[in-house]
Amino acid sequence: MPAVEDVARAYDEAAADPAFIHAHENLLRDYVGRPSPLTEAKRLSDMLGVRIFLKREDLNHTGAHKINHTLGQILLAQRLGKERIIAETGAGQHGVATATACALMGLGCVVYMGAVDVDRQALNVQRMQLLGAELITVKSGSQTLKDAINDAFRDWAARPYDTYYCIGTVTGPDPYPRMVRDFQSIVGREVKQQLGSISPDLLVACVGGGSNAIGLFHPFLESDIAMVGVEAGGRGMSPGDHGATLTMGSKGVLHGTSTYMLQNDDGQVIETHSISAGLDYPGVGPEHAALKTSGRVDYYSVSDAEALAAFRLLTKLEGILPALESSHALAWIIREASFLKGKTVVMNLSGRGDKDLGILAENRDSV
Amino acid sequence: MINSAFRQCRDKNEAALITYFPGGYPDLDTSLDIIKSMADAGADILEIGVPFSDPVADGPVIQAAAQKALEQGISLKRLLEGLSEYDMGKPVLLMSYLNPLIAYGETLMADARSASVSGFIIPDLPVDEAAFFSDKATEQSLDLILLAAPTSSEKRLTAIAKNSRGFIYTVSRTGITGQGGAGIENVKPLVRSLKSKTDTAVAVGFGVDGPEAAGAIAGFADGVIVGTRLIRAFDAGEDVAALVRELKDATLRRSAQ
Ligand SMILES: Cc1ncc(COP(=O)(O)O)c(C=O)c1O
Repeated sequence: MPAVEDVARAYDEAAADPAFIHAHENLLRDYVGRPSPLTEAKRLSDMLGVRIFLKREDLNHTGAHKINHTLGQILLAQRLGKERIIAETGAGQHGVATATACALMGLGCVVYMGAVDVDRQALNVQRMQLLGAELITVKSGSQTLKDAINDAFRDWAARPYDTYYCIGTVTGPDPYPRMVRDFQSIVGREVKQQLGSISPDLLVACVGGGSNAIGLFHPFLESDIAMVGVEAGGRGMSPGDHGATLTMGSKGVLHGTSTYMLQNDDGQVIETHSISAGLDYPGVGPEHAALKTSGRVDYYSVSDAEALAAFRLLTKLEGILPALESSHALAWIIREASFLKGKTVVMNLSGRGDKDLGILAENRDSV
Repeated sequence: MINSAFRQCRDKNEAALITYFPGGYPDLDTSLDIIKSMADAGADILEIGVPFSDPVADGPVIQAAAQKALEQGISLKRLLEGLSEYDMGKPVLLMSYLNPLIAYGETLMADARSASVSGFIIPDLPVDEAAFFSDKATEQSLDLILLAAPTSSEKRLTAIAKNSRGFIYTVSRTGITGQGGAGIENVKPLVRSLKSKTDTAVAVGFGVDGPEAAGAIAGFADGVIVGTRLIRAFDAGEDVAALVRELKDATLRRSAQ
């Protein structure tokens, strides 16, 4: 994949160019509305006996953390002189963020999305189309995020000259994992500032590919603050019933990176399930694999039902609708609250839950 | 084995015909019978696809065939077991994505060798990360064939020319397998550039959609790789062996280079 060498070279130059960094920061401030607030969830904290701060990525323009790395990547694509942007999307948040950045910059945009996700994230499909993106429904394989990534790579292989592939998480070949991490690290840097003299005991984030989690964690990796990544436990721990790549998977090579993945004994990728499209992925960023191996970060999973219950609880207690992805992080805190008594926890509220109202309605009777 | 297959073709002033077919499609026995019939019909080298769930370098035809083969329970292990029982009479290469090879484990090279496999083509293994695998293969006298594309940088082409064993798999144009037409003229300079760097044979694949394209490529490259067209023929109930004979005929007369 030689086009990726050009991206790596361009990113190394851009990362050392103050004008590039400034342009990204300006967009994050004036267009996205950063810094996003750090909200102390007082009623929830009282109920659980755990002091909980929410990093409000749901309040970003477009409603999730994804816009942080799409704007960075679109600026890079412009540097490379690319006129056509492609992206994959699961929940639709990365697709919406990419389509938004393309609308802003006047670039063509094509979004690949699995047929299953097109059905369950209809609101975001409509948003992408209004933003002028061409949506391609992917019907191969499991018809979810991994297959959308496959087709985006195929597209890029066919049109390497005019096209930039804007990957939506910290996976793929170098430089994507470190580049997306760098663009997301604004989250953790802001949290550091916003906490002032408060020193947290624990950072928690959900992990699909791992972009929102690494964004929160990365600036704190040198500290001794504990960190937990929460994966999709789906409807059970049998193969095919979950998306818990780090907790249940094994090492392999997928999408141009060597990392943990969900596979059978023959090295075939197995299908995943999660109620949240953004966590329904059998791979994970290689840096998370390394952080698991080194023991610096612990990874756990929570079930669909626990995530739904957490969604409802936060909505009722704090008036904040979390994305189903983010609800996984919260569900873990709720489940472990008795062990976290008296501690201070910062959770990345990676996105807002409006897109998931259809799924909530379908699951009204659960829990 | 691969080198000598190319040498024999060169001596006869032919290009080598390399056929691709997915192992286990539509089931293991049928696939091996088809591949054997291709060998008998004149294919010089047999490339057997190891089905993978996420074949990002392949188009819909090969992906669908791989999916079907996986549903029938094919695995690299079963494929190698099946192959051991055949005498194909021509050198066999496995085309596999990296992950099934890693998952197979330590005995891969030895088992491949005892199943009479001569080498590997790994579309998601870039040259700068190939050394480990290449060394392991060489220990068992297996060839690791590297891929070169029109987008490969000069530096990369030099490394590919230096490290590819058996032949260099040149991708005729940007993109994935199974998209016909275009690119044959464009690939000429790439083949010429590689040939100026090495004596290793250079073969061209991706999008070779019939005897005419095969003949055109035979005019300037050492080998022609045909895959999707053969699966299409099989799917449509065409006589696959007859098509292989036509393709081989097309590679016989090489114009002066
Ligand atoms: C709101 C939200 N959070 C989290 C994720 C998971 O991705 P990542 O693990 O890369 O943050 C997604 C992905 O679509 C998302 O939309």
